[in-house]
Amino acid sequence: MSLDFSTLAAILAMAVATIATRLAGLLVLRFTVLSPRTRLILDAIPPAVLAAVVTPTALATGLAETIACVVTALAALRLPMLAAAAIGVVAVAILRHAGL
Amino acid sequence: MVETGQTARQDFLAGFWRMAPLIVAVMPIGLVFGAVAAGKGLSPLEVTLMSALVFAGGSQFVAMDIWTHPASWAGVGFAALLVNVRHVLLSASLGAKMKSFSGPQKVGAMLFLADEIWAIAELRAREARLTPAWYAGIVAPFYLAWVLTGLAGALLGRLIGDPALIGLDFAFPAVFIVLIMGFWKGRQTGLVLLASAASALAIHHFVEGAWYIAAGAVGGLAAAAISNPSREERP
Repeated sequence: MSLDFSTLAAILAMAVATIATRLAGLLVLRFTVLSPRTRLILDAIPPAVLAAVVTPTALATGLAETIACVVTALAALRLPMLAAAAIGVVAVAILRHAGL
Repeated sequence: MVETGQTARQDFLAGFWRMAPLIVAVMPIGLVFGAVAAGKGLSPLEVTLMSALVFAGGSQFVAMDIWTHPASWAGVGFAALLVNVRHVLLSASLGAKMKSFSGPQKVGAMLFLADEIWAIAELRAREARLTPAWYAGIVAPFYLAWVLTGLAGALLGRLIGDPALIGLDFAFPAVFIVLIMGFWKGRQTGLVLLASAASALAIHHFVEGAWYIAAGAVGGLAAAAISNPSREERP
């Protein structure tokens, strides 16, 4: 088990940067009063961030991924999370093997 | 708002079960991260330290992508800031829903903020009061799974095959899509999703790096702001 000094410094730099982003939101809340309209807009954060994270996979990776995303979304209308996500994973594996 | 009226232990276990699918989904990703990091020359101890202290998968993979010998703390530190700047929005949104947390509990909870934990907690906040015990129930097993599978991946190294062959790399996008469907509230949500996806796609196409996440978030929020006009505004 080795621990290189520059690697440790890099890990700590990443940790400090990440922790700063995690706590910054609390600071924002502490020093601002949210109006009802601002709260309504903040409610859009979850879908906005999640959509941004999955967009490259859903729309810019390949046909297999795009179709599997649609399949997952349709499955989510009826099934619990684990089942719907599992169907998505199986769908993408099958579609990739089919050469899409 | 429903008061759960449960003991802390029941709350913890309820959180654990709610998180179970995501714990299963994070394991292959943790293994792959460990294997990739070992391939870049990190020791199992270094891999474990990174997963335990940073605990943010996206930025850890990006760091491996740009890893140098010796490591550049400024380079990977700035990359982590860029990839994780979305946490500011996530913690502001979730922090406003932690009414039964004390100040130190809120800070402690935020130290373990990750996309998956945040999304599940946001869903919970829509149906019941978030409690520290429930939150601990979703954090503790997920955190342990991420750190331990990272270590296992580093030790097993090359034995781990390509997860894309059996579709496991798709586990998180699939979970995120299920979560998006859970946040659906009608046309308004559709507008936010469209604006976010369009901004993210454009920036992903033209700009190198993880800027597309911030761009999509800003695009989606702008759409929400425009479709919720302020009452003070004159017609």
